[in-house]
Amino acid sequence: MASNFELLSEQGLRLDGRRPHELRHIKCKLGVFEQPDGSAYMEQGNTKVLAAVYGPHQAKGKKTESNDVIINCQYSQATFSTAERKNRPRGDRKSLEFKMYLQQALSAAIKSELYPRSQIDIYVEVLQADGANYAVALNAATLALIDAGICLNEFIVACTASLSKSNIPLTDISHFEEVSGGPKLTVAALPTAEKIAFLEMSERFHIDHLETVIETAMAGCREIRDILEAAVKEHLLHMGSAADWARVC
Amino acid sequence: MQTLREFTRKTKRGNILKIVREHYLRDDIGCGSDLCRQCFQNEVYQLTSQHEIRSTLFKCPHYLVLDTNVVLDQIDVLEEDVIRNVVVLTTVLNEVKHKSSSIYKRFNELIHDRTRNFYVFVNEHHKETYADREPDETANDRNDRAIRLATKWYDDHLQASQSPKDLERSGRAATRVILLTDDAGNRAKAEAESILVASAGDYVKSLEEFPLLVDKLSHKTFENEKKGLPQYPPHLSMKELLEGLRQKKLLQGAFQASRENYLEGSVNVEQYEKGILIQGRESLNRAVDGDLVAVELLPENEWSAPSEIVLEEKNVYADEVPSEERAEDEKDMLKQVRAAASFAERTPTGRIVGIVRRKWRQYCGILQPSLIEDTNRHIFVPADRKIPRIRIETRQAAKLQNQRIIVTIDTWPRNSRYPHGHFVRSLGPLGDTATENEVILLEHDVPHCKFSDEVLSFLPQMPWTITEEDYAKRVDLRDLYICSVDPPGCTDIDDALHCRELPNGNLEVGVHIADVSHFIRPGNALDKEAGSRGTTVYLVGKRIDMVPELLSSNLCSLVGGVERFAFSCVWEVDKEANVLSKRFHKSVIKSKRAMTYEEAQVIIDDPTQQNEIAKSLRNLNRLAKILKKRRMDNGALVLASPEIRFQVDSETHEPLEVEVKQMRETNSMVEEFMLLANITVAEHIATEFSECAVLRRHPRPPPTNFDPLVKAARYQGFQVDIESGLELSYSLDKCVKADNPYFNTMIRILTTRCMMQAVYFISGSLQKEEFFHYGLAAPIYTHFTSPIRRYSDIMVHRLLAASIGADSTYAQLLERKSNEELCHNLNYRHKMAQYAGRASVALNTHLFFRGKEEDEEGYVLFVRKNALQVLIPKYGLEGTLYLKSDKDGKDGLERVKSEFVFTFNEEDYTQRCGDVVFHSFDPVTVRLSLDSSNVQHEKLIFRLVKPYIKGFSVETTSDVTNAQVIATPPPSKKTKKDKKKK
Repeated sequence: MASNFELLSEQGLRLDGRRPHELRHIKCKLGVFEQPDGSAYMEQGNTKVLAAVYGPHQAKGKKTESNDVIINCQYSQATFSTAERKNRPRGDRKSLEFKMYLQQALSAAIKSELYPRSQIDIYVEVLQADGANYAVALNAATLALIDAGICLNEFIVACTASLSKSNIPLTDISHFEEVSGGPKLTVAALPTAEKIAFLEMSERFHIDHLETVIETAMAGCREIRDILEAAVKEHLLHMGSAADWARVC
Repeated sequence: MQTLREFTRKTKRGNILKIVREHYLRDDIGCGSDLCRQCFQNEVYQLTSQHEIRSTLFKCPHYLVLDTNVVLDQIDVLEEDVIRNVVVLTTVLNEVKHKSSSIYKRFNELIHDRTRNFYVFVNEHHKETYADREPDETANDRNDRAIRLATKWYDDHLQASQSPKDLERSGRAATRVILLTDDAGNRAKAEAESILVASAGDYVKSLEEFPLLVDKLSHKTFENEKKGLPQYPPHLSMKELLEGLRQKKLLQGAFQASRENYLEGSVNVEQYEKGILIQGRESLNRAVDGDLVAVELLPENEWSAPSEIVLEEKNVYADEVPSEERAEDEKDMLKQVRAAASFAERTPTGRIVGIVRRKWRQYCGILQPSLIEDTNRHIFVPADRKIPRIRIETRQAAKLQNQRIIVTIDTWPRNSRYPHGHFVRSLGPLGDTATENEVILLEHDVPHCKFSDEVLSFLPQMPWTITEEDYAKRVDLRDLYICSVDPPGCTDIDDALHCRELPNGNLEVGVHIADVSHFIRPGNALDKEAGSRGTTVYLVGKRIDMVPELLSSNLCSLVGGVERFAFSCVWEVDKEANVLSKRFHKSVIKSKRAMTYEEAQVIIDDPTQQNEIAKSLRNLNRLAKILKKRRMDNGALVLASPEIRFQVDSETHEPLEVEVKQMRETNSMVEEFMLLANITVAEHIATEFSECAVLRRHPRPPPTNFDPLVKAARYQGFQVDIESGLELSYSLDKCVKADNPYFNTMIRILTTRCMMQAVYFISGSLQKEEFFHYGLAAPIYTHFTSPIRRYSDIMVHRLLAASIGADSTYAQLLERKSNEELCHNLNYRHKMAQYAGRASVALNTHLFFRGKEEDEEGYVLFVRKNALQVLIPKYGLEGTLYLKSDKDGKDGLERVKSEFVFTFNEEDYTQRCGDVVFHSFDPVTVRLSLDSSNVQHEKLIFRLVKPYIKGFSVETTSDVTNAQVIATPPPSKKTKKDKKKK
């Protein structure tokens, strides 16, 4: 925790004016594309992500041997997503790492027993990066999977948390807070089951604080889950109104 | 609850970037006033209607909003208790933070003082007061607008909360909000927006109940200033400076004024080893010691040489215009110097063209008596000779006449000979011991104010008792024969020892250190205060504690016969002092006796005493001798520095008697075991915490440091080998002269001065080989044994406790970065504490010689071109005995023409006058007396008594008055002992 910069002012406000436990403003939309089986757009503050899902379809090549579902992810960042133009939108180390993490987290949520010998492709594109890229990408992917009608155990949502110098945990870290030197903890969880599917930490902080920071991230996850759930319901109502079963729900 | 606004910022990092950040505006930020009934208040009210201040300018009760320039310039006024009910906008706070970190720190302290009613209003995130930057608006203009917007909102907001009916009933006027700003443009705009506004000066003057406040106002311009001709060339603008520096036309460096000559100084620039010489008022161009300046190098034919003249500014009075004559004088001086300087001696010379950054601080000094009565304008003379005189305005001149006061510089305009400043506070009457101590503490930046209530609140409740739980956690060592050995009068006893024979014939030795970390828990106010103080500072007759007295002299102090907590380090050693095993644990001890070194020595030497304590002391003493021998064989150095103690009168605090600190066997006994404990602990924590252990190292000095020592010894026919510590140690032992018993000590004093400063560091920041402690010849070392007076030891205690599971770790403890910052602070505090201690000794030496004249034995330490450096062992005092130079007239000092001539022999460094030859290390007798002609700078005068040179030496009968030979004590002994051991 080599932060030289105080992330939380004495008045209890963060650098961007949020209080410690507050998430950034979240906007999301399902079914933004026609071509894929499922798609979603998600905005968390200034971090903006598009996700598309193809499948389940028959697995190709050697992979057919396996009885399990194959989850194939691709994570990429648009060249214009950061302040300085990114030269390699795909295939750099960071993207590959995030791709692995996405697969790991999503395989915990997808009911794989329902999709033997099939493959699900998930493409995530970060349009604008402003902190917590992985978490927002995962949340968008969840929405896209739901839009594609793929069975999930539960919503899988991710949230980040940090720790201020005065040892107060902060939810949902922005890019500015990330570069100001606080530690960053990313949790991907199944909030209702209270299961953590994925946990990543950059920079160290003392183990005494780990519990509270994880709890903060979990609380963030629950809050995001509620928002996503509302968005899904909203989307269904909208879809259903065409078929006249909106009134049924 | 939150709305989203975005704003763009452009920053330059090679190329221009567009940065978009979110900026949340809120509606849940309270206004902090107890009048308000609308706001959602989640904080305590800070703005109250209780403290009203009467101003003739504004008749109503009011709150103040400060503009950034008011905070930056008038912080001394704001610190006064009178100013209350202030709304601090975050816009202002951020601007202050960017512009001056020192003022930000002071301002922050004000804000935290709950009694002062300063309320921080987060206007930048308030829905109603956020000002978006408009196109073509400068950042500064936007901030001004934001401040006005917030003021306006506040005023309206309060008006809305106070119903006219209520006001009528209570008969009070409505509370308004007033903006204070020194920016005329901003004032005009505010008036147009119907905001109540005033300049800080006008407002302070309108507070008629507090007329003295006006003194503290910072003056950018003095009123009725004579529009004199510019006396200095203008400074270049910042843009020109940066351009010049970039093109290497200008050089940048820290300006160092000369102590002797007020018209001379130098700028330390990287490329030039000696720095660039600056001579003359115009070339100095308003630079003050310490400032970061830009210099232009003069063409080589205009280069000059350092003048070696002592030139003190004569008294000038506030209203006097510098006369032509004086200017002529200065020019003459320069001409002479230049003419006299042979080409070989000339050094790069330059002139200052601009100031990159001012390093002005607060200065101690006295007011110069004024010629005219009833004037407000005065000249302040700083104690530090490197600082120019400062013009101030004060109405209390008569009161301040014989006091030490503090003044800061505000500005230095071109048409003023001296900088302008303002009075901050008075320290007390001149010559008073308390005042002089205060000056020493301030000049060395020693935090010495009383411990705040918050700090004291973390002390244990009295009466304090040891609970059953404590006994259960600790090893019970109350039955052991533990005793402590310290200097007489010591109340903060932090170490105790024991030694007992084990059934297997080996010995068990224990070092028990006061368990301060038990009482000082990490992270609380007490801990922070101790960490920032870093060390206890010892002045003559006064101690400035690092931790409150309850801990330092009572609960932590291992006094005899009382149960105390200790951190014990216990070894099992054989008869040959080989360590067989070691263990660390927290314990409860009951020291059987607290002894002085002398008492312990008596017990050891008295064969009739055969009790447990005597036995264990003798064993310890025997082991210590073995340990010491072993250490010496490893190449540890025995260094010497003349140290003295003053016997101080308990009531008047005046020094009565001087004694040289005596070294007894028992001193070395205690020292040996402390070293052993320190080294053992250092090894342990360095292995347990390879990244963040607090250790201490003493770097090996570069060989060139030893040059003066090697030369001095060679003239005496001794070879000093500096290849390694071991060889150095051996060769020092050989430097013995039968006819001069003090010779060896002097050689060791010289060696001490070749040393580097030992420093704290973090194990992760250096390679293992660099951990070496040169003076002790130990591969690794730390401080463990004095937690009451050193914070480093508390850190080491915590690390050790964590490693043995006696205490839990915490975040900060394991962090390399914060530990590094801490070490940095500790090193600084230690250095300053040493300097302060020496300054205090110097001060007391002066007090001691007041009205006295004494003949003392001394030794020549160095022979210089025109002087002898004389050391007086009895007082640990060193001074310069000036010999007349053969180049009379060049020197600024008044000297009597004389028939005797000293010739300096550069070959063997001797001074010869007739038959008398002075070598280094020769014994001399000098007469000491005090020259009090300058109140601020009393100096000791050294005059030669023996060997007798007719016309030069003073007669043994004391009727000689002409001060031919003036010696100053070395500049408060700082420079010479900088490189002290450990």
